[in-house]
Formats: sequence, C-alpha cells, structure tokens
Amino acid sequence: MAERYELKQKEVWDGNMAASHALRQAQVDVVAAYPITPSTPIVQNYAQFLADGYVDGEFVMVESEHSAMSACVGASAAGGRVATATSSQGYALMVEVLYQASGMRLPIVMTVVNRALASPLNIHGDHGDLYLGRDAGWIHLIANNPQEAYDMTLCAFKIAENEKVRLPVTTNQDGFLVSHTAQVVEPLDDDTAYKFIGDYKAMNPMLDTKNPQTYGAQTEEEWHFEFKASQHKALMESPAVIDEVFAEFEKLTGRKYNRVETYKLDDADVALVVMGSAYETAMVAVDKAREEGIKAGLIMPRSFRPFPYNEIAEKLKNVKAVAALDRSAPMGAMGALYNEVSGALAANGQSSIMTNYIYGLGGRDTTAQHILEVIKETEKNAKAGKRVTDLQGFINLRGPKLSFN
Amino acid sequence: MLQIRWHSRAGQGAVTGAKALADVMARTGKYVQAYSVYGAEKRGAPMTAYDKIDDNPILDHSKWMTPDYVLVIDPSLVFQEEIVDNTTDDTVFIVTSHMSKEDLLSIAKHLQGKKLYVIDAIKISQEEIGRAIPNTPMLGAFIKVSEIIPFEDFLVSIEDILSKFPKKIIEGNLRAIKRAYEEVK
Repeated sequence: MAERYELKQKEVWDGNMAASHALRQAQVDVVAAYPITPSTPIVQNYAQFLADGYVDGEFVMVESEHSAMSACVGASAAGGRVATATSSQGYALMVEVLYQASGMRLPIVMTVVNRALASPLNIHGDHGDLYLGRDAGWIHLIANNPQEAYDMTLCAFKIAENEKVRLPVTTNQDGFLVSHTAQVVEPLDDDTAYKFIGDYKAMNPMLDTKNPQTYGAQTEEEWHFEFKASQHKALMESPAVIDEVFAEFEKLTGRKYNRVETYKLDDADVALVVMGSAYETAMVAVDKAREEGIKAGLIMPRSFRPFPYNEIAEKLKNVKAVAALDRSAPMGAMGALYNEVSGALAANGQSSIMTNYIYGLGGRDTTAQHILEVIKETEKNAKAGKRVTDLQGFINLRGPKLSFN
Repeated sequence: MLQIRWHSRAGQGAVTGAKALADVMARTGKYVQAYSVYGAEKRGAPMTAYDKIDDNPILDHSKWMTPDYVLVIDPSLVFQEEIVDNTTDDTVFIVTSHMSKEDLLSIAKHLQGKKLYVIDAIKISQEEIGRAIPNTPMLGAFIKVSEIIPFEDFLVSIEDILSKFPKKIIEGNLRAIKRAYEEVK
C-alpha cells in the first residue's frame, strides 16, 4: 500500500512538480514514459515517488515515445489506469499511437508540456505539439499555471474514465513558462484527491479471460466510418461530462473552471482569443487597455478539443473585433484558433471582424506590452467597422515587419 | 511587485536559490514566481534566474522584468555589462567578489553610480559548506540588505526547506547564511 505524502496547504511547485503529484495521487497502475525536455521532471519526480514508496503501480522504462504510448495502450486495454508525459519530438513520435489509443477508446491521461517542433531544434514552449495532436481523437485540456496543471490532471482522469466518455485526455502546460516556473499551488491531500478521481473501473479489460475482447480490429469500408463517427460522437458529447467534473471539482476546491474561460468580456468591444500562459499575461494587458479607455476582454477554450464553438460564438456576440492569437507556426494558412473561431462565428451568423496573430514561437517572450499593442490594433478595426489592419500579424518578431492579407 | 534577477553560471544553484526564496516568501502569505531562462546549457554557462513576489497572484508570464534587485553569484559575471540590463537608478546590486567595493568599481565601470553591495559568497560557501555553491550565502546577504522579512523568520523557513539534506549540509548552509548576513557590505 502506497505511503501518504504529507503536503502543505500551500506548496511552491512548478508545473512539472504539480503534474507529477497529481499522477501520484491518482495511483496510476502503469506509467510508461520516455523522458524529454521540458517534461522530463514529471517522469523523474514520478519515478522518485515510486522509489520512495509513494506509488504502488508500475513504472515502465521504454526505448522511445512510440514505445511509451504503445505500452500505455497495452496496459490500458489490459484494464489498468494508465498515464504518461511527453513534449515536442516525443509527442511527434507518439502520433501514430495516439490515434490507436483514441480509436480503441482507452482513457489514458497524458500530461503534455508544450514545446516547439524541430527543425530548427528548440526546447522552449509553443503549441506546435498540441496542434499536431489536434485531430488525434483526444480531449485536450489547457492549463495556464502550475495550479491549473495540477487541477486539470486530476480532472483529466475523471473525464477520461467516465463511462460516457472513455477517451484519452491530454493536459497541456507551456514549456518553461509553466513547467519550470514555481508558483504557489494549493494541493488536495492524498485521500481527498484520490476520492475525487475514484477507483478505476475497467471496461472490457483484456485480462478478463472469461470475456475475450478484441482491440484494434481491422474494419474496412463496411464498418470503419461507423467506428470513427461513434468516436467523434463521444468527443462531441463529452462536454456534458467535462462540465459535470468541473462542477464537482469546484464544490471540492472552490476553484471554478469552464470549457470557455473569459476575462472582462461582458461589455467588451474588442476581444482576444488566447490559450495557455499568455492568457494570464493578456489579463494584465486588458487591465492596462481598460485604464486607457479601451473596452477589451479575453476568451479561451479550456478544452481545445472538443472545441466549444457555439459557446465561444455566444460569448463573442456583442464584440466588434476579435484577434485570435496562435502560438504555433501556421504554415500556409491562418492559425488554428483563428480558423476555429471564425467558423464558430460564421455558423452562428455573427460577423465580428477577425484577425490573426502568431506569437511566442520557440519560447519568444510575449509581454503585456506586446499584447496591449495587439489590443490597440484590434480596436482600430472595431472603430472603423471593417478590417483596416493586416489579416495576419506577428508579435515580437525580429527583422522587417511581416504580415499577410 | 518585487522583482529579483539572479546572474549565475549553470550549476552554481541560482535556480535552487530563486526557488528557495520564493518558498520562503510564499510562507509569509505572498504570491510568487520563480523561474529561469535556459538554453540547453552545460554546467558553467552564464544563465539568469528570476523571482517575482507580490501581494496578489502573479499573472504576467513574460520573462521580461525591471529588477529591484540584481544578485550576481559568480565573481566573473560581475564584469559582464549584461548585469545592468533593464535596471534603474533604484536597482540594488548584490554581487559576489573577493575585491573591495572601490577596487571592483574601478574595473566594473558599468556598476559606477549603482547601489552596490559586495559579499564574498564563494569564499563563504567554500569555507562553511565545503563547496563553491554561493546561492544560500547570497540569500543571507539579500535578507540583510532588503530587510524583506525578519532574519529569524527567514532562518526558520530556510532550515525547513533544506530539511531533505543531511544534517552536515544543513548546518553548513545555515552558517554560510549567517556569515553572509554579517559580512555583506
């Protein structure tokens, strides 16, 4: 029986430490992982907890991330609670198996520390890996600080394992800006955290030899479409469970999470869509903008998948101009948040003026002042009643100004 | 918000020092951020670490800051002009050096006119801890200069934070902290 870990009411943890304690408290049966910067400390801390007697489960060392996710698939299909962690290139190497995990409806939890994808090689934070897994059939939750990295990881198990969902979930935190930034975190004690998540309920476990099961069957044109449609349906219907889990978490902790987070949006003329640690930096920028008389606000999908398109459109219905800020190289298009939000508005007959900004690639610093400048540009569109700024701009990019129309 | 920037070489303990200071201040009810700016560095490469301390939750996740204090824990980095980047006339510098303030200023001209304190944190850590890990003595000097919390309260918290180490290491660190508190000029 694992020993209880004595925690203070307030700890000073970075995002990695927060995520590893959440994994420990979930009493995961199998963690299979291949450490990679900047998520290495999640795996390292977890192995330390195991060695010190705080974890009962198995820790499987593997030779690559492809193997890590493959071992997770095997252990989850066998009937255990399973988790792992990765970043960037490791995430990329897992991609094939991410689709296997979701297709087999395995409720694996993966704590992702977001990092840029090579080339050129870069260890710092951006959302290139998150966007890579966008269509992999996983639920993707976003954490903006170490407290949220802890909270989202606890919630992830409860969402993934719900009988109506049974889908894998990633929790995402920005590399270094959250993963290596120590802040005050208020953890739950071990018993309360475990009770919130609950015992693992295996569904169709392969180790139940009296009820043989097939995982990962071949389906050609007669059934493949139905499988994928039912998987998509589970994702599309998961918001009800996510809301339920967030409500229960609020009752327990007083910390309220929403699938769509907003800041000072109610009377806003201008809104920014932004996800991750920059959402909090943008809160500082919004306060400055309001001191200068600009009615600015923020909106963020807490669940990037399933994407809360109708909720976002509803909350933006009185906003005149919207700038979507994407922390990933868009490579020949507008950024994903721009596209998703534009689609959401169009689907609801709304016509806020939309622009796109790319920021923070490879860890490039994005300050409140940079974001304030974006708010001011967006306000020009709101005032003119049409787009007078460039369609796609770049924040804090060195060299001559780059933009696209 | 109080903002502190550490200049160090990788392996000298600036990250640990910054996190320990954040931990100490969090115990007084403050909100904190402690982080560092990394490359994929080897031991010995120059690096910076940061503390932000405030009465309210700290939302700004940008790395940029105008430090109130600059703590330099490697004696050779004192001579790098980068240590004065983004500082103001009010920024207080506490630097590790075996030199007197006068001798130091005659070479490190970028520090002339700055509010400067000197402590030989390398020598203290070598003599008291047995290794050149100048982070904890720098904290002792910082507490003396900043008066951010009573020294006795600091000692109670830091002893608890160091409690995972062997007794000999804890005692050495506490001696180094107390000596730096007395010797910083």
